[in-house]
Amino acid sequence: MIKLLLAGVPRTGLLMLAILLALFVALPFFVSDYLVTVLFLILYFAFVGQAWNIMMGFAGQLSLGHALYVGLGAYAAAALYVHFGISPWIGLWASMGISAVAGAIIGFLAFRFGVGGVYFAILTIAFAEFARIGFDHFTWVDGSSGFFLPVANYTENDLWNLRGSTRMFYYLMLGMTVAALLACHALLRSRAGYYWLAIRESPEAAQALGINIFKYKMYAVVLSAAMTSLAGVIFAFFYNNLFPEQIFHISRSIELILAPIIGGVGTLAGPLVGAFLLTALAEGLREVMLQLGVDVPGVKQVFYGICLLLVVMFLPDGVWPPLSKLLGLDRKTPDREG
Amino acid sequence: MILKIENLDLYYGDAQALDRVSLQVGDGELVAIVGANGAGKSSLIRAIAGIEKPRGGRVSFRGETITGLSSYVICNRGIGQVAEGRQIFPSLTVQENLEMGALLPRARDKLREQMGKVYEFFPRLAERRNQVAGTLSGGEQQMLAIGRCLMGQPDLIMFDEPSLGLAPALVQELFRAIRELNQRGHPIILVEQNVAVSLKLANRAYVLENGRIVMSGTGTELLNDDRVRSAYLGVEQSAAH
Repeated sequence: MIKLLLAGVPRTGLLMLAILLALFVALPFFVSDYLVTVLFLILYFAFVGQAWNIMMGFAGQLSLGHALYVGLGAYAAAALYVHFGISPWIGLWASMGISAVAGAIIGFLAFRFGVGGVYFAILTIAFAEFARIGFDHFTWVDGSSGFFLPVANYTENDLWNLRGSTRMFYYLMLGMTVAALLACHALLRSRAGYYWLAIRESPEAAQALGINIFKYKMYAVVLSAAMTSLAGVIFAFFYNNLFPEQIFHISRSIELILAPIIGGVGTLAGPLVGAFLLTALAEGLREVMLQLGVDVPGVKQVFYGICLLLVVMFLPDGVWPPLSKLLGLDRKTPDREG
Repeated sequence: MILKIENLDLYYGDAQALDRVSLQVGDGELVAIVGANGAGKSSLIRAIAGIEKPRGGRVSFRGETITGLSSYVICNRGIGQVAEGRQIFPSLTVQENLEMGALLPRARDKLREQMGKVYEFFPRLAERRNQVAGTLSGGEQQMLAIGRCLMGQPDLIMFDEPSLGLAPALVQELFRAIRELNQRGHPIILVEQNVAVSLKLANRAYVLENGRIVMSGTGTELLNDDRVRSAYLGVEQSAAH
């Protein structure tokens, strides 16, 4: 199993991964709570970026409404916990189920009726907006006034109910991010991965080759939706409050696709690299501004905008492809030159 | 009889693309379908492949009805197509493109063996196996598209405008390859704008006009037909004889 998961990864890459993982495991012992939160955010964005990447990077379907799945996942698990005392570990199955169904509906409508490209992206936005407005009036989860999870001072981490310290969430998120990375690596090397590649490169050719493009696009959407909703569960239990206006908002959908775009769409390491660059630099910038005594709201957004601009202009494939070449991890290069 | 089409009707919305089209392809036959732009040639190919769903009529392949089946099912039954415009995967290498062609259940097990055959058939592809396909010349890309189709181990191969955009020298090479595939036992449907060459190559041919078959016959018969000559070969009727 492990052999299969690691197949095709260059040895230097494995070594770097191991060092990186050790670093992520060890860091919380040495840094402040605030920095652990920043690290948590990096992993969070790496995870949702990875999930989004399945749809866009692997199968070539642009979603601008992934906040929908984060929100559905968050609300489902939180509501089950608050109303019925059901553990998020059980609730997350409901979250994944609901998001998968939502993804399947969007996918079915789009792919069955030939809605592609930007129109598909608009459809994903429409569904997220629909959910945002719908949840504003959904009294079972307190509508627009926001849904709150009970908060108390926890002396001990309760992993079963996800009540506890930032560090607990951090390690949970680390586990999920590593699992997502391994899963995506395996997916790319699976038959579905090759089908997705064909569909992304040329849907026409994929169809001519006898690939069931409807089925495999649906797989990508459903898988991506379910995975994204897991991040929603963590989001709900980490922040303890949910507002439809925030969680389903289009700015959230945009925010969560920045990391994979800046890191490199379709690459495995892209979401992680992008999340690290964006979050670490944005938080660093904020810190510097604070030290200088300048408090300008919206600095982060401007910074995101500049990053995106620079990447689009100078590194259209994202940061990771040229970086991996620099590190000698690009195993395709020698093959292709040979 | 490997392929039999009866009264096929295809619509795009309200626009009729195929009007009661009937045709047949015999075992080992090379059948050309000629006609002007918009006559319905590509629509016919797409309807046979299952990419477009006909409103009426029947397509049977080796005696089994395949009308309405999904394109991936039809592909796996053994109808391959080389789609219009050389639809290769530009960022993959030649070899990876070929591997993609063998994803069909019917072709998976014999990937290596078939790749050997394709490289033997197109030695140029073997030389370029590690080159990214987007950097190949137009002719090489067309070879790759054909090679990739062969990877799926098709029986019947449909070519949709294979000579489009190729230099004259390459067009000759291409038609030689098509004829050779036919001689190796593949029945072929060839859709071409290059009417003269495809009629010379074909055992039989059909002329498609506004979605209808208006004429059919052996390649030679059609080549010598006055109407075909004036409409598609640019030869004046008076000057023909």
